[in-house]
Amino acid sequence: MLMKKLALGAGVAALVGASVLADTQPVQAEDSLYIPLTTYRTGPFAGSGTPIANGLHDYFTMLNERDGGIGGVKLDVEECETGYNAQKGVECYEGTKGKGALVYNPYSTGITLQLIPKAPVDQIPILSMGYGLSATAVGEKFPWTFNVPATYWSQLSAIIKHIDTEDGVKGKKIGYIYLDVGYGREPIPLLDELAAEMGFEVVKIPVGVKEMQNQSSHWLQVRKERPDWMIMWGWGAMNPTAIKEAVKVRFPMDKFVGVWWSGGNVDLRPAGASAKGYKSTNFHGTGTGFKAIQDIMEHVVSKGKSQADPENVGDNYYNRGVMNAVIVAEAIRTAQKITGKSVITGADMREGLEHLDLTEARIAELGLSGFANPMKVTCEDHAGAHPIYIQQWDGAGWHKASDWITPMVDKVRPKLEKAAEDWVADKPDWQMGSC
Amino acid sequence: MEILHGIFIDPFITMYELPDLLVQVLWEGFVAGTLYSLIALGFVLIFKASGVFNFAQGIIVVFGALSLVGLHSLGIPAFVALFLCIGIMFALAWLVEFTVLRRLVNQDPIILFMATIGLNYFLIGFGEGVFGGEPKTMITAELGLPTGAFDFDILGGLVSLQQIDITAAVTAGVMVGGLAVFFNKTRIGRGLRAVADDHQAAQSVGISLNHIWIVVWFAAGIVALATGVMWGARSDVSFALSIVALKALPVLILGGFTSISGAIVGGLIIGISEKMAEFYWGPLVGGSIESWFPYFLALLFLWFRPQGLFGEKIIERV
Repeated sequence: MLMKKLALGAGVAALVGASVLADTQPVQAEDSLYIPLTTYRTGPFAGSGTPIANGLHDYFTMLNERDGGIGGVKLDVEECETGYNAQKGVECYEGTKGKGALVYNPYSTGITLQLIPKAPVDQIPILSMGYGLSATAVGEKFPWTFNVPATYWSQLSAIIKHIDTEDGVKGKKIGYIYLDVGYGREPIPLLDELAAEMGFEVVKIPVGVKEMQNQSSHWLQVRKERPDWMIMWGWGAMNPTAIKEAVKVRFPMDKFVGVWWSGGNVDLRPAGASAKGYKSTNFHGTGTGFKAIQDIMEHVVSKGKSQADPENVGDNYYNRGVMNAVIVAEAIRTAQKITGKSVITGADMREGLEHLDLTEARIAELGLSGFANPMKVTCEDHAGAHPIYIQQWDGAGWHKASDWITPMVDKVRPKLEKAAEDWVADKPDWQMGSC
Repeated sequence: MEILHGIFIDPFITMYELPDLLVQVLWEGFVAGTLYSLIALGFVLIFKASGVFNFAQGIIVVFGALSLVGLHSLGIPAFVALFLCIGIMFALAWLVEFTVLRRLVNQDPIILFMATIGLNYFLIGFGEGVFGGEPKTMITAELGLPTGAFDFDILGGLVSLQQIDITAAVTAGVMVGGLAVFFNKTRIGRGLRAVADDHQAAQSVGISLNHIWIVVWFAAGIVALATGVMWGARSDVSFALSIVALKALPVLILGGFTSISGAIVGGLIIGISEKMAEFYWGPLVGGSIESWFPYFLALLFLWFRPQGLFGEKIIERV
């Protein structure tokens, strides 16, 4: 096994630096559904990216193995490594779009931002599941981009609602520690607005990418400011370090809430039992107690067709990848139904995403009862402001710690529309939709 | 006026009013500084021996730590895995000497520098291929490293010293001291200094360039392994650690590329000053100044001492 890995390592090493692979691949067969996956299993964000990539990959593989694909057509899944780097993400996009790509799942707000203008030109939709750009929820302005089940702003408003329910936010001080990139900065305008409206104070603590594993001074700032609650918008190597530092300065963990990208098992394992009580948001189930996940175990993992360690199947980020794959698969089915074709195009896929309707009954049919809340996408609303819940770390795993929380739609939606308006204002040729 | 107050008055009032936090910030800076010193030492050793800036030193830190965790995950006891890792560091030093350095003797330093960039990318790919890209948890308890904290209710507040930080500082201190003695007081150390002065002259008096290079790369590997273990225990073991290792750059600018004492003093200055700057002055500009402040400080030093605090002044006669 070790020799095999060493040989693999040498092979991978030999390939590092070569960026021409995508261009030399043959054009995909016409009787398959081609799904490129821009993933990252390497670099500082691999801890978060790898389990998500595994979940995506394994669900699609399971559909091929169990059902022979979707609508009788096999799924052709190809991964392209981005390292969470926007430039590499665009290279992956350009190298794969000509193969009949149905949809892109960038897994990086930075990559999404680069692809938003390309999507209408190439007629391939972007599914930015639960991440930026928040404004793309406004379907009329962004007909080719989808961020179901909720935007960052919806999510932040739900976190504030949770804090308000638990403790009352009025007069409180809330710390906001974030990765100092577009992703981490995106919720700040809404946070400032809610602080003014609801009467709480905000202390912002940015963490540079270079300081992700070197946060002692940031957390001493937390100790100095003594916030009542902390919210984290972290990713990759930032998360486990922040949680360890929070333990170190003895911040009460049950008053520390992370975004759903700061809630991986991999983020909590280094701190283990000492991080008991830490919370993060979520919109899907964790664990393996779902029929679809059991099918993945049976048809993929146990047959050695997964890159995931069997012990990590069912981890939060793994299931995040599965959830993403479920949305893609359902959109394909919807598109097949709408068009009457079994092999669809990117434009058909856009229709499928725009008419996505994951009802309670359909979720049950998929073998995912209790895994997710129903989700519906409309032409006007590409995110949906679906409810989320808070999960809590018990020292070894996650358990649900709140009911489903509906975001503050009344506060978020006008802000989304304004942001979408501002985004297109200086782009006279921007291709808008009509609903 | 408000800005001036924020720069020159407020931070010092905070220091006076919250002395426990001042001590805590200084301690955190000291611990980070000792680890920066250790990383910088790896760069200095190789620079002294071969006149090359080893771009791969950061990834060797990650590679060492990952090897340890990876070997342990195969069921090998922690201390045996540590011993094997030392062997891996020796094998790496020998391989680098045999496959890269030996073939580039007397080439321009830029050629050697390019070779270390290649080595960096090879080790990234090789490491990710063998160990995977996911972060690992350092085997802190298995290595017998302490994980608790010593709390002191002093100065009107709390000063908490993490035992792993104390261990890291002591380990760094012992390693730096040991290596300083080794390279200053032993025959190999004298050989290293001779090689650093002039490759050809050193060879002409019977010093084996190849052996010296292996010893130096091995020593730099051991330093990297220790850094990876200590920093990995403080956060986790991931490829992001190589970013932290690049903090050695301002340390080297400050301390000089050829001075072991410079690496130590430079590391401590950078560690303490960046924590102080982030904590007391960072909020004035929205925070996150720790990423660039060390470079700013190093540039300031360069104005006055281009060769660094302890670097040798190079005089080239025309």
